[in-house]
Amino acid sequence: MAGQQRVYKARIKSTQSLKKIFRAMELIAASRIGKARDRVAAAAPYSRAITRAISAVAHHSDVEHPLTSKRLGTDRVAMLVITADRGMAGAYSANALRAAERSRERLEAAGKEVVQYAAGRRGVSYYTFRHRELAGSWTGDSDGPTHAVANEIAAELLRAFLAPVEDGGVAELHVVYTHFASMVSQEPRVIRMLPLEIVEGVPEVGDDAEPLYAFEPNAEDVLDALLPRYIEARIYNCMLQAAASELANRQSAMNTAVSNAEDIVRQYTRLANSARQSEITQEISEIVSGADALAAS
Amino acid sequence: MALTVDIVAPDRVLWEGEATFVTAPAVEGSIGLLPGHEPILSVLGAGVVKVVEASGDDRLVDITGGFLSFDHDVITIVAERAER
Repeated sequence: MAGQQRVYKARIKSTQSLKKIFRAMELIAASRIGKARDRVAAAAPYSRAITRAISAVAHHSDVEHPLTSKRLGTDRVAMLVITADRGMAGAYSANALRAAERSRERLEAAGKEVVQYAAGRRGVSYYTFRHRELAGSWTGDSDGPTHAVANEIAAELLRAFLAPVEDGGVAELHVVYTHFASMVSQEPRVIRMLPLEIVEGVPEVGDDAEPLYAFEPNAEDVLDALLPRYIEARIYNCMLQAAASELANRQSAMNTAVSNAEDIVRQYTRLANSARQSEITQEISEIVSGADALAAS
Repeated sequence: MALTVDIVAPDRVLWEGEATFVTAPAVEGSIGLLPGHEPILSVLGAGVVKVVEASGDDRLVDITGGFLSFDHDVITIVAERAER
């Protein structure tokens, strides 16, 4: 009986120390999430400037560019999945991977061959565990991606897109990431990044007609310089969104873990109390019956 | 008349404010912009962007490349990587 009590006490203690860890992780995630959201906001002016410039070029010239035109002759499509490096974020990575698997099925049903890329250790281990081939993987800083890493990823993917078909060139590029809508709502999204669709008629400030730009040195070169930057900016944006989503998910998962730990502590405290009481009751009845037996003899 | 200048890097805004004169390192030689310049989109090479602020002070920003767009006296300089 005393053994039972000891078991409960030990469980309470270990749960309490786990609770402290969960709480600490929750606080860490909460403090990083503000930073992650600031970075999303800080990157916005850059991508806005690029988008404006691209739509201006598209408006004023009919430039054909490899990045905007459909590629024929291959069924290969590249897919990049952005997941977390660590777990402890609820279903964050699982949701992104599930979205990726769904769109992969859809693409394969359409007769395409998917070339998989993964960013984030969870995604990489998901595919290697299933013995799926990864064309490229990046791990290390999923909760605070730097622009350098985004550039590296963009360069690799652009290389795959621009490579000749015989060298493994791909016809499309899809990116699966988790969109950060708000602190309580993040959803996995699949976007087709390449070939680019230039959205024309980006709302201009003021009601003047769009100015006629001069291009220096010429429209082709400007577009040549702009489009890769644009892809980089968009991939960077996806990664920043994913990082903010990861942290939000981690915070809420850890919050739930803390309250679960509290529940368990409460439950085990009750069990330990009733074990102690029944032990006392039994001891008393043993003493009483012992005394009765002595008195009777 | 003054120019409204935004200098942005991928991860932050480097400088924004009013200026009277801006020079930037375009790929085919340095380009100088005064208010009322024609709208232009230009690719920039590595070099120094010089901004003469409305107060008369010079401000220099090193960039490794990028591009610049100018219309209606609003200049947006997009720097690839930049150190101040």
